[in-house]
Amino acid sequence: MIRFLLTRIGLIAPTFFGVTLLTFALVRLVPGDPVELLVGERGIDPARHAMLRAELGLDKPLLVQYGTYINQVLHGDLGQSIVTKTPVLQEFLTLFPATIEISLCAILFALLIGIPVGILAAVRRGSVLDYLAMGFSLIGYSMPIFWWALLLILTFSVNLGWTPVSGRISVFFYFEPVTGFMLIDSLLSGQKGAFSSAVRHLVLPSVALGTIPLAIIARMTRSSMLEVLNEDYIRTARAKGLAPWRIIILHALRNALIPVITVVGLAVGVLFAGAILTETIFAWPGVGKWLVESVRRRDYPVLQGGVLLVATVVMVVNLLVDVLYGLINPRIRHQR
Amino acid sequence: MSIAADHIDTDAAALPNPLVEFWRYFRQNYGAVLGSAIVVIITLIAVLADVIAPHSPNEQYRDALLMPPAWLDGGTWRFVLGTDDIGRDILSRIIYGARVSLSIGFLVVTLALVVGIALGLVAGFSRGALDILVMRSMDVMLALPSLLLAIVIVAILGPSLINAALAVVVVQLPHFARLTRAAVLTERAKDYVVASRVSGAGLLRLMFITVLPNCMAPVIVQGTLGFSTAVLDLAALGFLGLGAQPPTPEWGTMLSNALQFIQRAWWVVTFPGLAILSVVLGFNLMGDGLRDALDPKLKR
Repeated sequence: MIRFLLTRIGLIAPTFFGVTLLTFALVRLVPGDPVELLVGERGIDPARHAMLRAELGLDKPLLVQYGTYINQVLHGDLGQSIVTKTPVLQEFLTLFPATIEISLCAILFALLIGIPVGILAAVRRGSVLDYLAMGFSLIGYSMPIFWWALLLILTFSVNLGWTPVSGRISVFFYFEPVTGFMLIDSLLSGQKGAFSSAVRHLVLPSVALGTIPLAIIARMTRSSMLEVLNEDYIRTARAKGLAPWRIIILHALRNALIPVITVVGLAVGVLFAGAILTETIFAWPGVGKWLVESVRRRDYPVLQGGVLLVATVVMVVNLLVDVLYGLINPRIRHQR
Repeated sequence: MSIAADHIDTDAAALPNPLVEFWRYFRQNYGAVLGSAIVVIITLIAVLADVIAPHSPNEQYRDALLMPPAWLDGGTWRFVLGTDDIGRDILSRIIYGARVSLSIGFLVVTLALVVGIALGLVAGFSRGALDILVMRSMDVMLALPSLLLAIVIVAILGPSLINAALAVVVVQLPHFARLTRAAVLTERAKDYVVASRVSGAGLLRLMFITVLPNCMAPVIVQGTLGFSTAVLDLAALGFLGLGAQPPTPEWGTMLSNALQFIQRAWWVVTFPGLAILSVVLGFNLMGDGLRDALDPKLKR
């Protein structure tokens, strides 16, 4: 198992350095002079310009600059935002819980609906229910989620007035963030109605973000369930006269869920891409919105650091999923 | 494929035309046929936009701002799907938008296919350092969420439709490269390739004439599915203001300021998205059908 773990980590390291190369190149490739970007539109005299260049290390050879950059990154220094002057890592850590919160709720929504629907569709294969489920999941899979989010707002916020349009909690509540997770913080604050306000703000973004994973999970559960239901041990279980629900839940589902775990892991990338759009639409103060705004404001240190951090998070989650998969499925672990 | 090749020597007459055989499998899948029909219809709309669009996509009718669709109170048949905030006909913009989305989508998929296949072939045939270099770079690109990578590239190149298209090409490349490489590695070891090499075929001949045609099935499927992701990603970039710039009638861009009108004019929000959904759905249905029809393992 340790060997398996080490190989996986060994595979990540070059990718990580590849991403640092990309983010390093990003700042050097953007049009315009970094010093001018830093000082803004107003001019600057050439002597001061040269001084700033030297201060930023821009007069050194590229390889040295890259070495400095890597050294900073490995020490947790990702530079600071041009706009707010706060360290990028600090901004990221403040905003990241919001993104985790919405992503977790989205994946929970996807799992809670996707797995039962997938099972039902597999068990009742060829029925109207199966066709409906698969039809809807194909539509969900093809959905432009920024439009889906707009439709949800149109229906549930504008027409029915059930949910708020944007933000994480109503402006009537204020408390200092403790964990950064609004659901937990609102409970901790002890203010009446705060928690329900947080929940109501969370519902639409989670549904919008969870729709594509839901479609993927439903399809995956169905096909992997269909495969397992044809296995001999299921026939044996049936022949023993076990109750059908027992066969499905205890015998089939356990093995059918193994590939679903991989899909959930892979969904992290999908979720993040979706979070960029969902957060922008719902004015959700998370990492996705922050990155889009950094492009609009030409705040390149934020984009550079943010991209590196997001890529790292995605890589680590994929590693965890791999390890989990190896734990559940010894065949993978011992593959040489 | 190699099984089919064995048959040709002995039993050529009994072998059905591959296209006929493909169609037989393809049409059994109603979803695939439906998807193809959607794709054909939207392609026709895109090609004939000049003929069928009732108005110019950028003509502003100052007397008809935010006009509702024809079947609602206050709507007129002059603007069937209503007008937007500066009085442009939504139907005409959607029709011309089909032209933008499909042509740029086609460009993206073609470029990504050509470059991705080339990289995959080179990696698969070279093995060793070049292979590692190419595939590691693809891994780096896959480590970033697709939309984020596209945003980074647009940030470097500047927001425009063409730059967004280039960004989506880069995002799609790794998929084609990996797929081609994997297929090349399986095919390379087969007897027919060895036979061809033994009879003196050069590297280029082996790559493009012997091996590549037999790797095409998964690549074609991925290409069809890639079309739908390309349309989606381009629309998403347009929506974020990083793709096509106004007044280009691009579906995502049409939605980018729709949020402000959501309380007054639902039609501004609804129809462009419906267009995106239908195209994406069409290509996904078609891709699924192609996979079933082209994948010999699934054939019964």
